[in-house]
Amino acid sequence: MNDQFEPIIVGFLCNWCAYAGGDLAGVSRLQYPPNMRAVRVMCSGMVHPNLVADAFHQGADGVIVMG
Amino acid sequence: MEKCIACGLCAEKCPKKVDDEFNMGISKRKAVYIKYGQAVPLKYAIDPEQCIYLTRGKCRACEKFCPTGAINFEDKEEIVTIDVGSVILAPGFKPFDPSVYDVYGYGKIEDVVTSLDYERLLSASGPNMGHLIRPSDHQEPKKIAWLQCVGSRNNNRCDNTYCSSVCCMYAIKQALVTAEHLSGDDISQTIFFMDLRSHGKDFEGYYENAKTKGVNFVRARPHTIDPGPEGVGVSIRFTTETGETFEELFDMAVLSIGLEASGDSMALADTFGIELDMHHFAKTGSFEPVNSSRTGVFVTGAFQAPKAIPRSVAQASAAASSAATLLADARGSMTRNKEWPEPRDIRGETPAIGVFVCSCGINISNVVDVEAVAKYAATLPNVVHVENNLFTCSADTQELIAEKIKEHGLNRIVIAACTPRTHEPLFQETLKDAKLNGFMVEMANIRNQNAWVHQREPEKATQKAKDQVRMAVAKITYSSPLNQETLNVTPKALVVGGGIAGMTSALAIADQGFETLIMEKNNTLGGNALALKMSFRGEIVKPMLDGLIEKVSTHPKISVATEATLKYVSGSVGNFKSEISINGTLKQIQYGVAVMAIGGREGVPTEYHYGEDRRVMTHLEFDAQVMESIVAESEKAAAPDKGKMENPQSVVFIQCVGSREPERPYCSRICCVHSVKTAIQIKEKSPETQVFILNRDIRTYGVWEDYYQKARELGVIFIRYEVERKPVVNLEENHIAVKVTDPILQLPLDIEADYLVLASGVIPNQSRDLVEVFKCSASAEGFLNEAHPKLRPVDMSVDGLFVAGMCNYPKPIDEAIEQAKAAASRACVVLSKETMKLDAVKSFVTDKCDGCALCVDVCPYNAISLETVDSSLDLESASYAETEKCKDSVVATTLNGESHNLNGSFHRRIVTDSALCKGCGICFATCPKEGIMVHGFTMNELKAQVTAAIA
Repeated sequence: MNDQFEPIIVGFLCNWCAYAGGDLAGVSRLQYPPNMRAVRVMCSGMVHPNLVADAFHQGADGVIVMG
Repeated sequence: MEKCIACGLCAEKCPKKVDDEFNMGISKRKAVYIKYGQAVPLKYAIDPEQCIYLTRGKCRACEKFCPTGAINFEDKEEIVTIDVGSVILAPGFKPFDPSVYDVYGYGKIEDVVTSLDYERLLSASGPNMGHLIRPSDHQEPKKIAWLQCVGSRNNNRCDNTYCSSVCCMYAIKQALVTAEHLSGDDISQTIFFMDLRSHGKDFEGYYENAKTKGVNFVRARPHTIDPGPEGVGVSIRFTTETGETFEELFDMAVLSIGLEASGDSMALADTFGIELDMHHFAKTGSFEPVNSSRTGVFVTGAFQAPKAIPRSVAQASAAASSAATLLADARGSMTRNKEWPEPRDIRGETPAIGVFVCSCGINISNVVDVEAVAKYAATLPNVVHVENNLFTCSADTQELIAEKIKEHGLNRIVIAACTPRTHEPLFQETLKDAKLNGFMVEMANIRNQNAWVHQREPEKATQKAKDQVRMAVAKITYSSPLNQETLNVTPKALVVGGGIAGMTSALAIADQGFETLIMEKNNTLGGNALALKMSFRGEIVKPMLDGLIEKVSTHPKISVATEATLKYVSGSVGNFKSEISINGTLKQIQYGVAVMAIGGREGVPTEYHYGEDRRVMTHLEFDAQVMESIVAESEKAAAPDKGKMENPQSVVFIQCVGSREPERPYCSRICCVHSVKTAIQIKEKSPETQVFILNRDIRTYGVWEDYYQKARELGVIFIRYEVERKPVVNLEENHIAVKVTDPILQLPLDIEADYLVLASGVIPNQSRDLVEVFKCSASAEGFLNEAHPKLRPVDMSVDGLFVAGMCNYPKPIDEAIEQAKAAASRACVVLSKETMKLDAVKSFVTDKCDGCALCVDVCPYNAISLETVDSSLDLESASYAETEKCKDSVVATTLNGESHNLNGSFHRRIVTDSALCKGCGICFATCPKEGIMVHGFTMNELKAQVTAAIA
């Protein structure tokens, strides 16, 4: 692994907390690395294990479920 | 204000920095600003006192940079006149300014902060982004002290003799949260207090938890704070109960400041001509707790008295109820409904996607190459039209979108702009106006979650924006139109319980025009109030109670069923059905909402020889048997009535009998005030009687503190005891011998009492049956639970159910009435609609469901049940009657203990109740077979999004 490694992270974000937090980070201009791709869900409890497995299967370097 | 898109460029360019009052002046803001990130509406404002242009006539930088032309320096205050039928005043409170105390050094010693300063220091949105550092040297503090009652319970340096009611709990919260912010195990938090007042629901458990987590509680009121060595930290001098004086160094001191009435709220009261009490809070009575002294003007929140969030919120709903009752006839007379054209049927059409990429002025386009994103979008499958707009949310762009839908026959839209949390409804409306189903739009959040947070990496941000658009396109390709179900509402209410809370709720609902049935298990209405003589404020209960019973019994919209019990409940919000037994006769009822007001009762003591001697009594027994005689005696002077009792020479009260102990771990909230109030009455009528109140803490919260002070002035003796060293009671021939160790004298005291009154607290009436039939929830102690302890204090977790009175938590009459009115207000929100429109995001069953029922147990809303269907019938065409019949057959199989179907042509599957479902999708994540999914978040949609994220 070299310094150029840019992981692709699939994020499942609960609409009511994590996604709202993501929006607030924007309003507050908090800077963070652009490696996560967010999938908005209505509850982190909605994230089916197959979706997580699928993400890895497709080649994701990481999956983060936030809720 | 309409034009502002909250991009923040104005604040970025504004050259004028001023102290940020929201962060208590710890950080800076600009002269053009938003108060905080979550402000509603999210619109920037110019501070006219700080703006360089408005004060010195030069600058206008914000105007130059604003991309939407939203800056208007000419904007002026406008005076508008509106006609209203009632007014609710909720101006809140002012935090106490502790700089009047020289002994605490606030404003002089850097590391002395107020609790509100500290709150901002802890906050992730605060000046240090939640990294706790002390002001003097910007180091992490390790040892922190909280000083309680700063600006409360004091008539020396301030006039706030009342208890501010919230500081004990917030100090404990801050002490616990502090540990989460600091690293290392050498953290120490000390709370200096007089009486620890954890008198709310679940508060006592929180206090006990803090003790086990190492928070030190020291019973002392520190008299001096000095600067620490070399000007950092503080040195606190205090004297403990035993009389020893200590001087201890802390890294930081937090002053737990109280709540007081502001000059503005006093002026407001003056404008409205309403009376204030001696503490400058709005004057109210116990039986009309949100009515001001002027008819039609209602008050709520800390303007009425210091209080925490749950009661403020309940009071707010109570005020709304009282206002709505006055306006019941006018309800709905000024509302208008928007109507949309019939949507186009897009079944059979291949996806035709239009993508609109927003520049948001330069908010997005100065980081993300929006043109490249648009170009890229055009290459995606099924995309037939792409636009880049300066502002995709502007009114003219909505027209443009509608035009393009028509021109290109678009059936799916992707908006790459800001967040769906604020803007999705706008675009849904645009689609509906353009005859498309509103749910055929997906947003790619390339502003809040991209351009704004990757400002220094434009290339990567552009790549991410392309990925986001690709994901949105992939998802919307698999979307299909959704419908919002509408349900008819049965405009009737059921109130379970006929005490003050139940009757008040019923009356408030019926006064708004809805039929209400009160079910009472006893043969009379009235509940606990039948045994109460007077309120804490001294108002006589009986006339009020008689009046309430009379109103309820004669109200044309209210029916009363006594000796009634609930047998069975089905249905959900808007449409409940029940069977009730009234005096043995069964009756079917239908209702849209229900209020639970089943009350509580005085606990029966099991210690201090209760039950062995008639001189040992509970509060209610003492009120009925002795107080009446004492009061009557002094009023009739020396009239030698039959049954007259000699005034007692000595009365001892023991507090917390059975309360705040492992078997009953909560504080009953009302017993301290009850004892203190009774003690005052004894002293006023019979000054020679000695009165002792043995307590663990005196919890005369809020303005009840006045009684504690008055009782001490009248000579009532308060002696504290530790739970490990409870008073010892022995029954003697001529008196009751009470032995207790006084912690101040450090000596055991022997008291000879004529009466021993046991403050035994409140236990909830049996709620298990209700919890079972309504599938609602109760605490471990049996108190019915609210949906959210702070923000939804009278709603229950099951929609359409509300809670009021002592069955929720012990409370005095005024608070029970507040809660009852609040429950009525919330209930009328449902009842006042003829039909209820449900969200479209709901779970639905697919034909892959095999009835394994794994999802049934995980559903937090009890929205899923099992049914058996006839396989020969088409799933879609199974009629309601058949489904109902099948439900019965499931019951039959379950009762027989058989796991197979009745016959080969039947199979099991689940059925969801849309009115109960909240669309959380836990069922979907649990199902191994994709037998249940959530509209708008189906497996295909989410999988497409995940795949597109990586591709």
